[in-house]
Amino acid sequence: MFPTRANLLRASSRVDINVLVPIKRCIDYAVKVRVNPDGKGVDNTVKHSMNPFDEIAVEEAIRLREKNKDLVDSITAITVGPQKAQDTLRTALAMGADKAIHVQVGDQHNVEPLQVAKTLKHFINRDKFELVLMGKQAIDGDENATGQMLAGLLDCGQATFASSLQIADGKATVTREIDGGLETVQGNLPMIVTTDLRLNEPRYASLPNIMKAKKKPIESVKETELPFDLKNRLETVKVAEPAQRTGGQKVDSVDDVVQKMKEKGLI
Amino acid sequence: MFRLARAATRAPRTARPLSTTPPTRDALLYLEHRDGKLNAGTLSALTAAQKVNGKVVGVIAGSESISSAIDSARRLPLSRLLVAHSEQYDHHPPSTLAPLLKTLMEKDDSLTHLFAAHTAVGKNVLPRAAALLDTSIIADILSLEDGGEVFTRGIYAGNAISTVKSGESRKVVSVRATAFDGADSSSSDQVVVEEVAPVQVKDHAPHVSEEMTLTARPDLGSAARVVSGGRALKSAENFGSIIEPLADSLGAAIGASRAAVDSGYADNSLQVGQTGKIVAPELYMAIGISGAIQHLAGMKDSKLIVAVNKDPEAPIFQIADVGLVGDLFQVVPELTKKLS
Repeated sequence: MFPTRANLLRASSRVDINVLVPIKRCIDYAVKVRVNPDGKGVDNTVKHSMNPFDEIAVEEAIRLREKNKDLVDSITAITVGPQKAQDTLRTALAMGADKAIHVQVGDQHNVEPLQVAKTLKHFINRDKFELVLMGKQAIDGDENATGQMLAGLLDCGQATFASSLQIADGKATVTREIDGGLETVQGNLPMIVTTDLRLNEPRYASLPNIMKAKKKPIESVKETELPFDLKNRLETVKVAEPAQRTGGQKVDSVDDVVQKMKEKGLI
Repeated sequence: MFRLARAATRAPRTARPLSTTPPTRDALLYLEHRDGKLNAGTLSALTAAQKVNGKVVGVIAGSESISSAIDSARRLPLSRLLVAHSEQYDHHPPSTLAPLLKTLMEKDDSLTHLFAAHTAVGKNVLPRAAALLDTSIIADILSLEDGGEVFTRGIYAGNAISTVKSGESRKVVSVRATAFDGADSSSSDQVVVEEVAPVQVKDHAPHVSEEMTLTARPDLGSAARVVSGGRALKSAENFGSIIEPLADSLGAAIGASRAAVDSGYADNSLQVGQTGKIVAPELYMAIGISGAIQHLAGMKDSKLIVAVNKDPEAPIFQIADVGLVGDLFQVVPELTKKLS
């Protein structure tokens, strides 16, 4: 006589949670980006990879399940991006996510945080996720907004810049990195948690897992199938190189350093 | 006489088409505070907000303990100061603050812009408020033009500057503190305080506790001088014995690279870079920091950058105004001695 799942749930009063992990395909963090001469954007023909903060989010979702097998029911990765963003979803699947959703947009369309948040809300309402783990910011747009916007749209709890996460009895306890120290907040699920760098060290996908990931399901959705549009609200007038510093001067001794600081009136 | 003069200056204005000049376009500024003091970044955000129309309405929220922050806020160049007294606003919780900001914005048609500093608090609260107002966020701006229609901001860790135009009726903007001078906070004309009713909503993720890093040194985000250490210091002990005396001799705040923080040499609140603090002091000293893109994004707008590194090829030397190739364990104590 094996206990049924329903009995187990009743006995432990534990709630199985479905985790949604939004990820973004970005220019690789190690690439020095170049502004296109037409002033319309940056050179996109370079190496791309998963946004580093999102890797941390995927890792945290997997660790939650590893720490307590009964806690996490499913891990779903989702992205809003061009055709090639499927590679990034495969990376998440190879790390340990179960399935993925790809909302496909045009190659040149960098969807703004508000429209991404609306898209995430759409799938959360459809599939019922109790926890959303996502990066605190994408390293291309640097907005640091999507998670907060999603929490606002859903009217649920948000815990941004997480450096530690614990889930017990349907509550999330999160330590957040704030200016000058750490803050701990606690709230009921559902909750949106955005990851900071120190939350964990993401794993590399092993070759067998990369092979297995090829068989995991990716649901593909066209942006036109959504009940709202993903048009950008902001118009990018131009993209330019930042002002260059005229640095590069070397001196020979500590005395020269002191002399330079004196010249600048600093001492 | 006075009336005539006013009429004369007004005349050209009426010639402009009415549609392009809305009657008023004021900014609402969220005033961040801690321990009864206003956040320095908020004063920079005020300068940015003034560029919309000149008139800025401040809003401050919290329990009775915010009275000294209110006293400081009354000396700012604000047209009005709104105060929402409630414990539900202590520790700047986004669940309760975002609905308050939304309500205040929607109640007053003259408010077209919502501003806050791009601090941990501003980043946490403002996007949520923007979503409630169904408007995009213009995050971490470096400048604004055309009365708050056009903005510049860094993308790709500051390796490109994007100019964006917003056609939204309400604009939500967070401001990079180091890109604007702080507003004058010493006015003798005190702004009149208007109490506003708190918006009663559930705090979905209430504050439990906090652990602040205590320091007698200047605040990293607003210090005029910063001494930062990197991985080359090799240990937390070295970080303390090499970086701290140099910082003290200059009256500087202490910063660190991500490598130094991740290795446990320094607290993570000291991290300078894209993922930590963005600083732009008069003097930035990079000690044993190679100068990864992510670090440069956090300090390259400093006025004078001094770098000490034993690797002559380290990228930090490409942007340093004064570079010294040498062993930091010899050079820095010598420098400290000569500065004291």
